[in-house]
Amino acid sequence: MYKEYTTISEIADPLLNVEQVADAHYMEIVEIELSDGSRKRGQVLMTSSGKALIQVFEGTEGIGIGQARVKFLGRVMELPVSPDILGRIFNGSGVPIDGGPEIFPDDRLDINGNPMNPVARDYPIDFIQTGVSAIDGLNTLVRGQKLPIFSASGLPHARLAAQIARQAKVLGETETFAVVFGALGITFEEANYFMAELRNTGAIERSVLFINLADDPAVERIITPRMALTAAEYLAFTRDMQVLVILTDMTNYCEALREISAARREVPGRRGYPGYLYTDLASLYERAGRIRGKKGSITQIPILTMPEDDKTHPIPDLTGYITEGQIILSRQLHRKGIYPPVDILPSLSRLRDKGIGKGKTREDHSDVANQLFAAYARGREAVELATILGEASLTDTDRIYMKFAERFEATFIRQGEYENRTIDETLNIGWELLRMLPKEELKRIRDGYLDTYYVQIKEAAAGVQEG
Amino acid sequence: MVMNIEKKGVIFSVNGPVVIAQNLPDAKMYDMARVGTKKLAGEIIGIHGSAVTIQVYEETAGLQPGEPVETTHEPLSVELGPGLIGNIFDGTQRPLDVILKSSGYFIPRGVEAIPLDRTKKWDFKPVVKIGIAVQPGDVLGEVQESTTIVHKIMVPPGLSGTVKSIKPGAFTVEQTIAVLDTPEGEKKISMLQRWPVRTPRPYVRKLNVDEPLITGQRVIDTFFPIAKGGVACIPGPFGSGKTVVQHQLAKWSNAEVIVFIGCGERGNEMTDVLMEFPELIDPYTGEPLMKRTILIANTSNMPVAAREASVYTGITMAEYYRDMGYNVALMADSTSRWAEAMREISGRLEEMPGDEGFPAYLGSRIASFYERSGKIQCLAQEDRQGSLSVIGAVSPPGGDLSEPVTQNTLRVVQVFWGLEDRLAYKRHFPAINWLISYSLYIQNLESYFKENVGFDFSDLRALAMRILQQEAELEEIVRLVGVESLSFKERFILEVARSIREDFLQQNAFVDIDTFTSLQKQYLMLKVVLVYYQEGMKALDQGLSLRDILSIPVRERIGRIKFVPEDQSSKLKEIISEIQDQMKAKMRGEVESNV
Ligand SMILES: Nc1ncnc2c1ncn2[C@@H]1O[C@H](COP(=O)(O)OP(=O)(O)OP(=O)(O)O)[C@@H](O)[C@H]1O
Ligand SMILES: [Mg+2]
Repeated sequence: MYKEYTTISEIADPLLNVEQVADAHYMEIVEIELSDGSRKRGQVLMTSSGKALIQVFEGTEGIGIGQARVKFLGRVMELPVSPDILGRIFNGSGVPIDGGPEIFPDDRLDINGNPMNPVARDYPIDFIQTGVSAIDGLNTLVRGQKLPIFSASGLPHARLAAQIARQAKVLGETETFAVVFGALGITFEEANYFMAELRNTGAIERSVLFINLADDPAVERIITPRMALTAAEYLAFTRDMQVLVILTDMTNYCEALREISAARREVPGRRGYPGYLYTDLASLYERAGRIRGKKGSITQIPILTMPEDDKTHPIPDLTGYITEGQIILSRQLHRKGIYPPVDILPSLSRLRDKGIGKGKTREDHSDVANQLFAAYARGREAVELATILGEASLTDTDRIYMKFAERFEATFIRQGEYENRTIDETLNIGWELLRMLPKEELKRIRDGYLDTYYVQIKEAAAGVQEG
Repeated sequence: MVMNIEKKGVIFSVNGPVVIAQNLPDAKMYDMARVGTKKLAGEIIGIHGSAVTIQVYEETAGLQPGEPVETTHEPLSVELGPGLIGNIFDGTQRPLDVILKSSGYFIPRGVEAIPLDRTKKWDFKPVVKIGIAVQPGDVLGEVQESTTIVHKIMVPPGLSGTVKSIKPGAFTVEQTIAVLDTPEGEKKISMLQRWPVRTPRPYVRKLNVDEPLITGQRVIDTFFPIAKGGVACIPGPFGSGKTVVQHQLAKWSNAEVIVFIGCGERGNEMTDVLMEFPELIDPYTGEPLMKRTILIANTSNMPVAAREASVYTGITMAEYYRDMGYNVALMADSTSRWAEAMREISGRLEEMPGDEGFPAYLGSRIASFYERSGKIQCLAQEDRQGSLSVIGAVSPPGGDLSEPVTQNTLRVVQVFWGLEDRLAYKRHFPAINWLISYSLYIQNLESYFKENVGFDFSDLRALAMRILQQEAELEEIVRLVGVESLSFKERFILEVARSIREDFLQQNAFVDIDTFTSLQKQYLMLKVVLVYYQEGMKALDQGLSLRDILSIPVRERIGRIKFVPEDQSSKLKEIISEIQDQMKAKMRGEVESNV
């Protein structure tokens, strides 16, 4: 009943041209049967009367002209879903690889999804306590947010993401997050690390994993995150769950996209990446959020490694233009032995201000955060000046700021991998640091809070610490 | 006459949003087409022999060669009439709340939704009498569209005659409210007009701009003001504050109608506006902000061809309210996404690419978009003026301003607010770099500021700017040789510059008392800081030490001037005299101790 063709006319990995095709559907899925009986899958990238251009997910290795049979399946790529996907591990194209049974689906969902109607969205406002001060205090994560980690090779992004997954909770609620994990071209070790983490904490029961490893087909990476996000949408909006999606490493995804674009000889955009990279990434990252009147939510933490540690590289750049902030890791802090090495100045959570404050975290949160940012920025400038000209070249005030920056890194940013700080603890550490500064320097803090917190904590600490 | 029944063409090929159709009779450039069995909306953007290129406004997955294509014989147009205000549309003017009701949380393909409600009745009040001769743009009657907007029902362009009948009452947008006797016979007029989005609406002539669009943002109003009818762009890397500034302008600027276009940006940012604007109160009218706002949301994950159209859809509605005599402000966030949509489609057409893959016509498209702004003499017999200010965000890759969209934009706009990540990292917001930004309207607005704010307003601005420039030079020296090499006066300049930055320029959008500052308060705030400067300089001349000047008690109050409530501006004047008194006291003390 499917239309089948042996009319492949041209192969340029990972693409195929098939001729004499009776009207393929754009984006339709095809199955390719090789002469040895093995099968590959692909997708129609362009269709015109009598001709179809196909990208092969597993690559074109072993496909020959005149031998392979191409079968057009008449539908777009779909993910079979049911509550039984929880606790399961799939490969990058959604086939179970954990030895478990086939999924008997409630439904089959188009993995490309449809755009969420902006009117249907509910603004994310629920504070997620990750227990990590650099995030909770300054770059607060909110339920339904998309907040990527910009990392670089050799930095502990996996450990930080695992710590967030382990500790994340919404204050006042008991329900834990269901984790959807999408591995995109990462190593076996890294994937294994996540799996072990999920197993050790028992979270695996509420997780769904899609694994495309470094030695798996690169083109498959185009569909893996779509599989993961389709599973997430199903769990969140059909099954009312709070879902945390971790996608790593988005850089590998973008490389795969570039590879296909180059094979199609498209006009390249910046640094060889296709001109539609922004639109393509947005079609993934925007699949996060909340819906009015629905219980579930999707919080996304994509991880990417910045090529050459460069934030202006198209991959981090376009990601930052789409996501609601970014957590940037710093090689410098990592070298100093500080975990988590969060470079807080260029890091940002755009949803912070609606997720914090009275009744959510604490009334003084926003002011404290702004003041810490400003003071640390000035302290870092002082540190830089001192390294060039010596500490003696600083004004008295700048010397205080320099000390502040050092203490800030050592006590606020630095913490244990298994240390789970409450938001109160985080803010109190913040105030302890702000005490180092003269009161008139604290311009970001409104009068009322200055009286309550600066004075109180200063007095409380005075007896203990001075000397 | 034989009817042509073969009115349809067929799909030949599908490549992303670009579909090529064959044998489509009567295809005309920029006419709309219905593509495929799902009748997806598209626009004809190329004709080569029998091949017709169509950009499709919806996701094309599943389309197949051989499916039917037909043209609607009409260019992409929007509906104009009561019901636009307070509404939210996608890039081709489909109302998103209607789609929500008909199709659920996610937008499926091929949904049709009529922009203006056909059942709602509006109370129409005629303002002309039977027998009057009317011309295009003349107001026939009025409808209270929202609590703040009186919608003027105008004679559509191209039509004139005498009023044959007109009556008050409750009408739907399609019902006839008046009949005109015209040379071509009787014409029925309803409250609904259509206008092709790519064609600017007509007016009599452009006028000089002479009034500021007051935004309540200190760095903008005081240093880099935009005029009513002006054009501004706001480029900056991701996270530097483009959207926040645009939202601030949408909230607090003294335009009467706001059109906000979310062009290829985040869904949640539109939700934010949708949830916040009905709650926020417009300081000028005392009514919720949503009562003056129209939203266009074609977010980054919505179809890219509709994103391309969204800026035209938005500006056509904006022009329509301008034609009624309103001051309209339009924000487009982000014009780069619009340019990228052009690039994406151009790439699929395999056109010859220009700079960075953008089509060669990028510059002319940008220029003609911004050219639709301005203060105008409206088309009408009466003397009526309106204005349309346009503020476009630009998102340069890697924050590099030398890229084509920024460069082409800078060629046509008069105001440049350059955002910088370095400032954003320090949480200096708005992160507008005062050294690179400019406004070419300062001259036009000079007399307005003199008459309405303060006779010395421009002098204060110039002095503050000079201090900031000196700061930049002095900091260079400090970086090379340290602060000791500076004279006391120079060190004092650094302190004052810091005060200008921290106490005046920095403005937190999320703190109630700081989010909006009236021109009067801006003026007094700046005066506080600069009086301190002038008194301090005098004192240094008279031998006071820098430490003395920096330690006068009133400095703590200077650091908190932004928290002085709008209705207590006398406190700012109080601070000014305190500065003078304390400085004098210091000098007396100094003189005494020197004796
Ligand atoms: N005036 C302001 N007051 C306080 N915070 C601000 C202000 N402007 C910007 N911010 C902070 O900066 C963040 C980023 O701003 P915004 O979303 O406007 O950036 P953007 O330039 O639009 O970025 P993108 O190009 O990625 O859309 C905000 O979420 C907010 O935290
Ligand atoms: Mg923005």
